[in-house]
Amino acid sequence: MQWQTVCKQEDLIPDVGVAAIFEEQQVAIFYLPKTEQKVFALGNWDPCSKANVLSRGLLGNLGNKLVVASPLYKQHFDLQTGQCLEENVSVPCWAARLVDGKVELASHENREC
Amino acid sequence: MTQTQQHKPQLVVVGNGMVGHHFIEECLTHSGHEHYQITVIGAEANLAYDRVHLSDYFNGKSAAELAFTNGTLYNRNGIQYRTSTKVVSLNPDAHTVTLDSGENLRYDKLVLATGSYPFVPPITGHDRKNTFVYRTLEDLDAIKACAETAKTGTVVGGGLLGLEAANALKNLGLETSVVEFAPRLMPVQLDEAGGAQLKSMIESLGVRVYTATATQKIIDGDNAVHRMVFANQEGKEQDSYLETDLILFSAGIRPYDQLARESGLEVGDRGGITINNHCLTSHPDIYAIGECALWQGRIYGLVAPGYSMAKAAVAHLFSTGGNAFTGADMSTKLKLLGCDVGSIGDAHATTAGAKTFFYQDDIAGCYRKIVVSADAKKLLGAVLVGDNSQYDTLLQYYLNGIDLPEQPESLILPTTSESPALGVDALPASASICSCLNVTKGDISTAVANGALSVADVKSATKASTGCGGCAALLKKVVDNELLALGVEVSTDVCEHFAYTRQALYDLIKIGEIKTFDELISKHGRGYGCMVCRPLVGSMLASIWNEYVLAEPHVSLQDTNDRYLANMQKDGTYSVVPRIPGGEITPEKLIVIGEVAKKYHLYTKITGGQRIDLFGARQEQLPAIWQTLIEAGFETGQAYGKSVRTVKSCVGSTWCRFGVNDSMKMAIDIENRYKGLRAPHKLKFAVSGCTRECAEAQSKDIGVIATEGGWNLYVCGNGGMKPRHADLFATDLDDKTLIQYIDRILMFYVKTADRLQRTSVWMDNLEGGLAYLKAVVIHDKLGLAQELEAQMAHLVDTFQCEWKTTLQDPQKLKAFKPFVNDDRSDNNIIFVEERDQIRPATEQEKHTLLVNS
Ligand code: SRM
Ligand SMILES: Cc1cc2nc3c(=O)[nH]c(=O)nc-3n(C[C@H](O)[C@H](O)[C@H](O)COP(=O)(O)OP(=O)(O)OC[C@H]3O[C@@H](n4cnc5c(N)ncnc54)[C@H](O)[C@@H]3O)c2cc1C
Ligand code: SF4
Ligand code: FES
Repeated sequence: MQWQTVCKQEDLIPDVGVAAIFEEQQVAIFYLPKTEQKVFALGNWDPCSKANVLSRGLLGNLGNKLVVASPLYKQHFDLQTGQCLEENVSVPCWAARLVDGKVELASHENREC
Repeated sequence: MTQTQQHKPQLVVVGNGMVGHHFIEECLTHSGHEHYQITVIGAEANLAYDRVHLSDYFNGKSAAELAFTNGTLYNRNGIQYRTSTKVVSLNPDAHTVTLDSGENLRYDKLVLATGSYPFVPPITGHDRKNTFVYRTLEDLDAIKACAETAKTGTVVGGGLLGLEAANALKNLGLETSVVEFAPRLMPVQLDEAGGAQLKSMIESLGVRVYTATATQKIIDGDNAVHRMVFANQEGKEQDSYLETDLILFSAGIRPYDQLARESGLEVGDRGGITINNHCLTSHPDIYAIGECALWQGRIYGLVAPGYSMAKAAVAHLFSTGGNAFTGADMSTKLKLLGCDVGSIGDAHATTAGAKTFFYQDDIAGCYRKIVVSADAKKLLGAVLVGDNSQYDTLLQYYLNGIDLPEQPESLILPTTSESPALGVDALPASASICSCLNVTKGDISTAVANGALSVADVKSATKASTGCGGCAALLKKVVDNELLALGVEVSTDVCEHFAYTRQALYDLIKIGEIKTFDELISKHGRGYGCMVCRPLVGSMLASIWNEYVLAEPHVSLQDTNDRYLANMQKDGTYSVVPRIPGGEITPEKLIVIGEVAKKYHLYTKITGGQRIDLFGARQEQLPAIWQTLIEAGFETGQAYGKSVRTVKSCVGSTWCRFGVNDSMKMAIDIENRYKGLRAPHKLKFAVSGCTRECAEAQSKDIGVIATEGGWNLYVCGNGGMKPRHADLFATDLDDKTLIQYIDRILMFYVKTADRLQRTSVWMDNLEGGLAYLKAVVIHDKLGLAQELEAQMAHLVDTFQCEWKTTLQDPQKLKAFKPFVNDDRSDNNIIFVEERDQIRPATEQEKHTLLVNS
């Protein structure tokens, strides 16, 4: 896997998302300091509302899935797979990690993560 | 009149009271008006109204609010009606009735629903001025007028109605006494100990009670209008007396049966028109229903049996297959002068072999008795005074003949551990849940099975709980139970992360002084939280501690709108709504708004809440927009929060020729006091300068209308999906009391409402509804008033304009940048122009624009 830095850890806010541009695509990066993986990256484009808003959704867990809720019509997207829980759509998903104060994404888009 | 109508047989209803009206409604349900020309004759000036809630007329309900119809229902269905018209005689052979105008009406079928009148004992002086009865709206008008000058009032009769009337006199500000001939209060329903308990409770409220007292005569008083001279044991005059300005007779009711009696129909020895199970009188074309009817030697002085009679008569008349009348239960549960009283079945243990258990607690002030069958298996009756919490359970044991527990006394003993509450599961389908409207558990199951999945839906489907309201709690239990049986989850937990209700969480936060979500979830919850509990807890923390919502520990709890302090639109841009208290704005400020809109190219619209909304702001533009607005003196309008929105106002007395008070100033004061208050749902207020009500205050959560005497306060209205008119809460308040009541109402709502529950639904779900809310807010029943006010004071003192705070924090401002690693903005936001302003481009338009560029 090709890791690339997208932004600094200090750009992140605990338990909320931020948006970034990564390889000319809008990515929503979520920082969940209390989970094992800590950072997650999904496409920022919400296919249900057709707007770039997922980074501005609320975070949480439903059962054993970590999710973000779209701020517009409230569908949930699985942070680990990008799959929408209510509708048969999904968003792109990147592998993400924190290294030395930097946020790194795996350079290729990977639907399965 | 059309040809066909003329040839329809005639159905005449005499009396347009509660039961007469119900009869007509039942006819309409079964299309009876298509077979008969229906005519209803009523002696009162008003069409049928809710006599059961007559006392509410003194609490601010208008005649129009108590009315069952303003005539529309009748007009629409071709029913002819006459008010202020009396039937003076009846000729069964000729099939005619004669009106007081002298006119004769022919009928094919006649229904007597003449009700009853209050009995006035023929004491010398009973017809002096300032003596009244308590039955009609006119009676209440007369009492009210007299109470304006009277200082003292006395009710003759200590039964159910007498005590209700005493309460009314007390509320009118009179020093009140009750004189009862029998040795105890409510002799019909209560036993001696229960009556004594009630007496001492009522006396502690400042009402004087004379039992075993008969009045010999009424003469001129020395210090009041009347002197009531009491009789001694032998019925002789004695020197004890009571002076009073106003006398109200409530010594029982007598059926209006003259028409029947004089025309030779069978009547009872002690009055009442004799009927059979089909409510037919001794003449085959004449029915009698309601309080004028005598069934198996009984007259029922309650409305529910009357409604059943109306149904039975309709069933017989139109052969609908409905049930005949087979008697009714007379159990009652009520609050008299603030005391709970309940009486079920054989309260006096007159059944052979009956055994009784009783429990009395003079400290808590309650008395409970149950009467059980000789074998202690069945409940025959009960008396409850001071605490009605077991009433519903006991009534179900009684009505359904359910086997009593091993130790029946456990039903009335104080609940040390778990009391053997009767699960609604145990009730048979035939169990009556709402006796007023005669709705059984089976009816409710059917409604739920047909898709009524909430108490509100079941209420509208079955009409259950729309009468006296006494069955509300039980109804909820049955509905929940049915939902459970259908596998519909009725857990009251807020979500999978907290096994608590909102109210319980609120208390945990407050009592545990919990300041953050993390602390709450680690102590009382599990998991990571979700879209339900995060904003919920965020809102409660704000309602309780009022910290800056974007402070680090709270930011992850805020829904997108709160997080960016603006409302997200469909394309991810935001709208900006500055606060414009009361809708009043200077030209300078208007110009600033205009300039901001122009500079940032925003779509501008006047909102439904008397302010101006600027749409199409990009996330990154929000700080600069607000910088300009705040410099011009604006504050955030919190259009994004579940919080106080706007206070709508009219110009009021300053400009308007009709205004009686300065509604504008009051609106601005109210808006400034409560702005920023976060609540379970949004809150909207309005203030009108007079009853013309140009500000539509009666459609708001809190509505204020100026009166000659101050302000009338309306509560718990809303527009939106399910519009509901606000209820009149208090009248003629001065400024200070008005604010005090609003403080208490709002904080009580914040404390006890469920998540996303607007005030209307909240109040409808409070057991006891409006009356309970009044008790808590006006009479401080829960002893909470001070705490509620103190908490509101805290919120008022700690208000901050969230935009102002945000603009001072560079760290927070960073969050408005669209991308953390790039200075561009979202290229998917594209506007086109329409009517000289911007709007989001449609998908199609975007596609075309992108291709062309
Ligand atoms: C802007 C405005 C419409 C307008 O163009 O005039 C508006 C716009 C919205 N309304 Fe409204 N409502 C607006 C007045 C009303 C009114 C009329 C009034 O307040 O006099 C009502 C009915 C009255 C009432 O609420 O009792 C109203 C009933 C609703 C409802 C239904 C509430 C209900 O209890 O059924 C919602 C949905 C909700 O809150 O769950 C809603 C929700 C919304 C939201 C917040 C929907 C959303 O989440 O995007 C809209 C976005 C506002 C924005 O972007 O700024 N809006 N909305 C009005 C703003 C008033 C203001 O100055 O703050
Ligand atoms: C203050 C008060 C509180 C009450 N509280 C309760 C309660 O909590 N629960 C409960 O179940 N019940 C209660 N009741 C009793 C309840 O109101 C009556 O049971 C119910 O109104 C009976 O209905 P009805 O139609 O038989 O009689 P009414 O409602 O009295 O109607 C009879 C109508 O017929 C008219 N009429 C009579 N004679 C003629 C004529 N010759 N020609 C034309 N019209 C005529 C009368 O003017 C009257 O309008 C209360 C009553 C009062 C007064
Ligand atoms: S409510 Fe009354 S005072 Fe206000 S504008 Fe209307 S008429 Fe005038
Ligand atoms: S029992 Fe009176 S409304 Fe249901």
